[in-house]
Order: sequence, then C-alpha cells, then structure tokens
Amino acid sequence: MSSISLKYPPQPVVTAATTVQRPVKVAANLRRRLTERSIETLLLLAALVSVFTTLAIVAILVWESIVFFRTVPLLDFLTDTQWTPLFDDAHFGIIALLSGTLTTTLVALLVAIPFGTVLAIYLSEFAPFRVRELAKPFLEMLGGVPTIVYGYFALLFVTPLLQKIHPGLPGFNMLAAGLVMGIMIVPYVSSLSEDAMRAVPMNMREASYAMGATRLQTALFVVTPAALSGLASSYILGISRAVGETMVVAIAAGMQPNFTFNPAEPAATITAYIVQVALGDLPHGSIGYQTIFAAGLTLLLITLLFNIIGHLLRRRFREAY
Amino acid sequence: MSPQSHPTTTNDAAVNEIRRLIARHKTWDGLFGLLGIVTLLSALLVFATLFGQMLVNGLPHLSWEFFTSFPSRRAASAGILSAWVGTVLVMLVTTLVAVPLGVGAGIYLEEYAARNLLTDIIEINVTNLAGVPSIIYGLLALGLFVYQFGLGQSIAAAGLTLALLILPVVIVATREAIRTIPQNIREGAYACGATKWQMVAHHIIPYSLPGIMTGVIIGLARAIGETAPIITIGALTFIAFLPPSPFGDAEHLLSFEWLLAPFTVMPIQMFNWISRPEEAFQANAAAAGLILVVMTLSMNAIAIWIRHHFRKKIKW
Repeated sequence: MSSISLKYPPQPVVTAATTVQRPVKVAANLRRRLTERSIETLLLLAALVSVFTTLAIVAILVWESIVFFRTVPLLDFLTDTQWTPLFDDAHFGIIALLSGTLTTTLVALLVAIPFGTVLAIYLSEFAPFRVRELAKPFLEMLGGVPTIVYGYFALLFVTPLLQKIHPGLPGFNMLAAGLVMGIMIVPYVSSLSEDAMRAVPMNMREASYAMGATRLQTALFVVTPAALSGLASSYILGISRAVGETMVVAIAAGMQPNFTFNPAEPAATITAYIVQVALGDLPHGSIGYQTIFAAGLTLLLITLLFNIIGHLLRRRFREAY
Repeated sequence: MSPQSHPTTTNDAAVNEIRRLIARHKTWDGLFGLLGIVTLLSALLVFATLFGQMLVNGLPHLSWEFFTSFPSRRAASAGILSAWVGTVLVMLVTTLVAVPLGVGAGIYLEEYAARNLLTDIIEINVTNLAGVPSIIYGLLALGLFVYQFGLGQSIAAAGLTLALLILPVVIVATREAIRTIPQNIREGAYACGATKWQMVAHHIIPYSLPGIMTGVIIGLARAIGETAPIITIGALTFIAFLPPSPFGDAEHLLSFEWLLAPFTVMPIQMFNWISRPEEAFQANAAAAGLILVVMTLSMNAIAIWIRHHFRKKIKW
C-alpha cells in the first residue's frame, strides 16, 4: 500500500499562517473541481448513448412506419394473408411473414427447451465438478459461433441429411432452419436455466435428501419447482432470440413469403424479408423501403413483449430467496 | 440396518419393500445421469460435425492465395483479401467507439450515478438493448447513419452500427468487474486525499481491467460474426479493391479517407458465396467459415482464459 501513499502526499492544511498561498490554492481547487465536473459529465453522456440509441431505434422505425401506414391501412396489414409488396398487385399482409417466424421459432423451441433443460439439470445437479468446469466454457463457445456459420450448416449439411430421410423435402425449408436455430439456442437456454437452478439454496436440497429423496427426485420435485420462474424466463428469452434470428432462416428457409405452418415448406420470416429487401437496391423513400421498417417495428414489438415478460419472471425468481 | 433384533416376517417384508423402492429410484438417478452425459456428448457431436464438415470442404481451399486474392467470378481463384481487410477496419472503428463509451457508461453507473429516475431509465435501457435483435440495429443504421448522417454504405457506418450493438456487452462486463472491487480500496484512496476521478483512474479502472477486457473481446467476437445488420445497411456488393490506406502520403501521416470507403467483411463474403448456385463456391464459403469460426472461438477462449486466470489470482 506504500505506492498509494506516495501517489497522494498529504495536502498542506490551509491555515492563517499560509494565507499568502491562498490565491494559488483557490485556483488549483477550482481547476480540480472543474476537471472533476467535466469528467462526470462526459461519463454521463457515455451512459446516455444507450438511451439515445433506444430513442433513435424507436423514432426511425415509427417515423418510417407512419409513412407506410398512410398508404397501407393497418387493417390490411394485420389481416391480409399475402405479402407481395414489390409486385404490381401489392399485398401487405404481415401474417404471411409471421407464420414463417412462428413456425421456425416453434421448431427451434422443440429442440432448445428439452435439450437445454436436461443439460441445465444435469450440469447443476448431477455433473461432477470437473465435467461442469469443462462443459460450461464449451457451451459458452458454442454460443459464440457466428450465426452465418449455423446458416451454412443448415443449408449444406442438415437439409441434405433430412432429404435422405424424407426425399420430397425442398432445398429451402423451415424444418432445417428451425432445427439448427434450436441447436444454436441450446447453450443460451441451458446457461440461463442453470443459473436459476444454482440460485436455489442448498438447504432445500439437503432437506430433500434428509427425507430420503434421491438426486433425481430432488432435482425434479424440489429444485425445478423452486427455479420455475427462472426456467420460464430462460425459455422466453430463448423465444425472443429465435424470433429475431436472421441469417439461419434467410439462408436455409428461403426468402419467399408463404402463409403456411408446415415446417417442410419454404417460407420467409420477418427477418428474412428485411434481408431480402436489403439485398436488392431499393430507392430510399419508396414503399418497398418503408415496408422493412414496418416489418422491423412488428419484430421489435414482439421481441420487446417477450423480453419484458422474461425479465419480470426473472425478477420474481430473484426475490424468492 | 438389518432388522436382526426383531426377525418378524412383516418387518422383513417392509424393509425389503423400501430397499426395492430405493433401488428403483437409484436406477432412475443413474439413467438421468446417463441422459445428461448423452445430451452433452450430442452437443459435442453436433459441434464436431459442424467443424469437421467445414474442415473437410474448406481446408483444401485454404492457401496463401486465398488470403491475398480478391473475390472473383471464378471460384478457384476467389479469395478474401478485401473481406479480411474490411473486417479489420470495421473492427477498428467498433473498438474505438464501443470501448470508451461502454467503459465510461459502466463507470458512471457504478461509481457516479445517484439512485434516481435517470439512472433507473439508463439501467432498464441497457438490459433491453441487449435483447434487441441485431437486424433492428441494421435498420437503425440504415435510417440514421446511411441516410440522415450521409455516411453511405461505408466502413464508418458499419463500425458505428456494430459498436452500438456490442455496447451493452461492454457496459455489463465493466459494471460486473467494478462491482467485485471492495469498498475499502475506494476509502483508502479517498483517505489519501484523492479526488473521485483520481480514485477511479488509479484504482477502479486498473483493477477492473481483466473483466473489462473479457467483455470487450466477447463483444468483438460477436461483432466479427454479425451479418444481418451489415446486410441491412446495403453493403452486399462485389468489392474487388481495397479501401484507401490509413497511412497517408508524405504530407499527411494519417488519412481518414478509408472511413467513408465501400467495403465488404468476412461474414458478408461468406453469405455471398453460400447464395451462389455453383457448388465450387461452397468450398470457398466453407473456407471462409472455417476462418470465422477459428477467429471467434479463439477470441472467446482468450476471454474465458483471462476471466479464469484473474479470478484465481486476485484475492482481495
């Protein structure tokens, strides 16, 4: 600690005897206070950038959507089942995109929730210390693989594999995209779920063991119910990720809007549509340009809803103990 | 525990019944343990397949020429020169913007912020921004950076977009790192006459550096692989040239022309090759994917190592 005391030598105390130095002292103090103030202001501005980002996102999406909804009535947007904004016979039914988003998300959840939950229970309640220490960074790294690589995997490995089982499957389909998206979300769900289960106090497990319960009984009937809102929150945040996922669906599920809930068919999701428009060269201010903002606003509202529910659930489980 | 003192038949039966019950439940225990291991191994298998498949398809294509040639209409001679140069420059902008802003915001929230409405708003904001899909950032960039600020489809626009995208990661990592510093360090600094900023600059920032670095590296690993926001700003074009050099001519030591230059990055180049119908280009995509995965995984591994290493070392 000697280095610290050297860094800040004690300041001479200002007394009546040292009044000669006072003007210098006051100036130094003032400069010091000014520096402190300006640094605090700079840091506050840095923190406010996140608020400005949110405001800018909302402002831009809403602004362009207002222009869009001047041409397209909201009712058509919500009830039409065709999405063909770039055709002569233009239709703007967001349902055609929502069906794709919903189907791929459902397929993804059917993979991510069972696998994620089993992994979480295993890692939190069963795995030896060594296995957990190795598995956690591995899963973390699996979650760090770029989504474009997962898209490549879905299109060029999973789809041909599925076609061997079911030869009629088209080259672009929501099944392969959903399955790979599910694999992608497993680390996310398992790590959030595991955190929730590890937050359950040890004495609850000990009480259960004392009553003669086995590990599995304790895990399923004591720990899981206690961590339930945490588990639910991890599922909901998983849904929100699946809904917003772009590259896997854009590559493997095709970009044709298609009002269907059949995972064996190709269909565009909201995100894939935005990519498709961005790939073309749409003039700034055209109706096609505005559609991606209306689609983006829909996407933002959906993910926002899930995120809010997820955080409310998480807060509840945090307060339980 | 055997009931030798009271060898009555009813007691025996009851004990046997309990033993069978316990044995049955223990079997289920073992089965679930097995299921857990199988699940973990299948995750490993999926990853091995993903990596192995890219290795088999991409490795023959990896050569020195692959790094030093521009993309081309002929798959065999196409390379990633403009893509990796673009990635390096975009990451440079992202780092220079995201690190000061993120660390500054983290320090403000932990050390300066009063408990008031504004702080609550900022905190809720950061949490929510982390959950916004990346493609939404692309739309923000398209409307704000590309058209309002007039940056066009440039390196600056892409770098700023990715910086905003990873800002929550850096902020959260900074805050978590600062939170582990015990209060008596701050009190010690104040007791020696330090001002708040001196305390932060001489103690808080150095001590939280490993945590901050972990967050920055994880954020950059994410930014390197991000494709959707960059496609959304309209940067999917055929780029067979390099941006102007950042090291200018004799008159100006540094030139900033490259900031506004059109560009391409690794994931975009890979997407471009995946969407070609010719099979030859898929090998290029595999090779580019291989490089991307190796880059992101090693960055994540470094981050995990830093965290692990310093957590062990620092004992307050």
